[in-house]
Amino acid sequence: MTRPTPETLAHRANPATVAAAATPAPAVATPVSTSGAGSLVRSLEALGVEVAFGIPGGAILPAYDPLYDSKVRHILVRHEQGAGHAATGYAQATGKVGVCIATSGPGATNLVTPIADAYMDSVPIVAITGQVARPSIGTDAFQEADIQGITLPITKHNFLVQTPEELPRILAEAFHLAITGRPGPVLVDIPKDVLQAQTTFTWPPTLDLPGYRPTLHPHGKQIREAARLIAAAKRPVLYVGGGVLKAGATDGLRKLAELTGIPVITTLMALGAFPDSHPQHLGMPGMHGTVPAVYALQKSDLLITLGARFDDRVTGKLDSFAPDAKIVHADIDPAEIGKNRHADVPIVGDARHVIDELIAAVSATAEGPGQYEPWWATLNELRQRYPLGYEEPTDGSLAPQYVIERIGELVGPEAIYVAGVGQHQMWASQFIKYEKPGTWLNSGGAGTMGYAVPAAMGAKVGRPDTPVWAIDGDGCFQMTNQELATCALEGIPVKIAVINNGNLGMVRQWQTLFYDGRYSNTELGTHKHRIPDFVKLAEALGCIGLRCESKDDVDKIIKQAMEINDAPVVIDFTVGKDAMVWPMVAAGTSNDEIMFARDVRPNFEEDDL
Amino acid sequence: MNKHTLSVLVENKPSVLARVSGLFSRRGFNIDSLAVGETENPDVSRITIVVNADSSPLEQVTKQLNKLVNVLKIVELDPQQSVQRELLLVKVRADRAQRSQVLETVELFRARVIDVAPDTLTIEATGNPDKLDALLRDLEPYGIKEMVQSGLVAIGRGSRSITTGPALRAA
Repeated sequence: MTRPTPETLAHRANPATVAAAATPAPAVATPVSTSGAGSLVRSLEALGVEVAFGIPGGAILPAYDPLYDSKVRHILVRHEQGAGHAATGYAQATGKVGVCIATSGPGATNLVTPIADAYMDSVPIVAITGQVARPSIGTDAFQEADIQGITLPITKHNFLVQTPEELPRILAEAFHLAITGRPGPVLVDIPKDVLQAQTTFTWPPTLDLPGYRPTLHPHGKQIREAARLIAAAKRPVLYVGGGVLKAGATDGLRKLAELTGIPVITTLMALGAFPDSHPQHLGMPGMHGTVPAVYALQKSDLLITLGARFDDRVTGKLDSFAPDAKIVHADIDPAEIGKNRHADVPIVGDARHVIDELIAAVSATAEGPGQYEPWWATLNELRQRYPLGYEEPTDGSLAPQYVIERIGELVGPEAIYVAGVGQHQMWASQFIKYEKPGTWLNSGGAGTMGYAVPAAMGAKVGRPDTPVWAIDGDGCFQMTNQELATCALEGIPVKIAVINNGNLGMVRQWQTLFYDGRYSNTELGTHKHRIPDFVKLAEALGCIGLRCESKDDVDKIIKQAMEINDAPVVIDFTVGKDAMVWPMVAAGTSNDEIMFARDVRPNFEEDDL
Repeated sequence: MNKHTLSVLVENKPSVLARVSGLFSRRGFNIDSLAVGETENPDVSRITIVVNADSSPLEQVTKQLNKLVNVLKIVELDPQQSVQRELLLVKVRADRAQRSQVLETVELFRARVIDVAPDTLTIEATGNPDKLDALLRDLEPYGIKEMVQSGLVAIGRGSRSITTGPALRAA
């Protein structure tokens, strides 16, 4: 039997998480007679759920009756995909479990993309779906889909509830699984007759998860071995991934970095885990990472990998990745260790415990941290020679990078930025400066176009006092903008900056570079025909629509949007179509072949660095 | 590539077999054989999987299996330190002229005849995969009309048991 111990519930530093875990409303409730649906809603209340995003339908309908009187706020979205990404945005912004609800069949299958997205980025969400009544299961009944089977490969775990009595236990297990260990999505599928049946609600239930025992505390021997390698290294790098944010380990990371003087790189999922302004921060690694960060990985003799997973977008061609580096790999998920790259020192544990114990071990080693001056001299020279930057378009159009840079400058590091997927996402990762955890939300692993609008909605619901800016593309925006109607009606004043280059920009960039400029099916017509007209679309959805077409207006319009707090704002930034994301490591090539700009390749060997 | 025998103890619940077998195909592993059944504890089932893999991918699949919430314990059984058995049922052509020779083979392999028809014998044999292969080789010349084989089951030698331990007591 597994009970959520104070340890498993409170191991995250994020105060929001601890608060959520510490305040499940009624610690002990007297048993009450109610329906399965009543038991479901009472369980959600007992678990401290503040908000759920969803759409009712036939099979889930019984649950919506007790929800009507519940203190759980239900936000009626316009498409279930919006509910799923909103739950994800909420979870990423608050550290709490995000909840989405859908009916059976198509309602449930519309959740598949956001569930897969949350799985790839290890986001704690619980999806509750209605199912056809038990006697109809397996008969191809109306709106029947085997959502448990469909989501087997994309959930941390899923449940098909068999009796109303098990509802409180299964929901408590679902929340426990979602947020402990390596977080992830959990789906609970509930047949309609289970919701309708009479049952007794009792709380708290006893969790029954005998096969689930995440390892939080690292092995002391491995930590000491890591400290020994740190002391001996000449060219170490702290390779930091999203696990550090999820573990609430950012203060510890800063301590460890400053104690050792080791350069830090943060992956796309870890932006904000270490201040961009910190002198030890080399930036992001990978396909569109900075030259110093990519170089540091390639030339390193020791990668101290914390909550990162050697994703192909980071490593480039795997067998030429960081060829001289010994690997210390710390992750809460043992299956990540050695999956892509052999680990010389495998450490299984929660990033916060790992970092705290590394600090203690490094402080205790006689020799202390190593001497890295020559390493820093090289890296600093690279930083000077290859800074992030962009060229002004020669055709007089507005530079998308400039727009994004100005948003970051004017809105500031306290705000939450939520990106879609594509060029604008990469520019938002490069040209906005992230100083704090939880200020950068994006779809990293799955690369889900359409993530931004609903995720921004979820983030704003979770942190209503924080400005939330979506940086979206014109392609992405057209996939999920229907949720702006939800935002307008529910009072969720997000800002959506549409970086409108009239094209599927990232695909177009690849066509420019690798397909001789044959632009097959990437022109969207949002420039040429102004279809749709984003300003009119915004207005139709109950938002304020603004448009910006020249550099001179950028600051003015951003400030104008910042003034509006009683409605969602959409800004159509009409930008040039030819801007490209640099630096770039082309897919399938080695990190050594990073291009600083088109046809400009730093030659690390000849540069004699 | 080498054959490995994994004993996977799982919660005896619906969908668990699908989770385990789905994981193999999803991660690109081929299952050579698979056998499932209840253990001495009715809440626990035991899945015996024979898989063809090098040691490093095998470690990855074991770790991924361990992540399944319903998986309680995984043990790789060393062929030297365990007893491995398969069950074979085979229908062999055996008319009057051949019958005594077939029966001799059955005797030799300590197999049993479990059904008799005028022109066939149905034979039951258990053993390790090598023994069953040898039996089939010997029966082949008479004409095999039909055969069915179980997945391999295996258990460690000696008095130690893998079905004890904190996780399993709780289940």
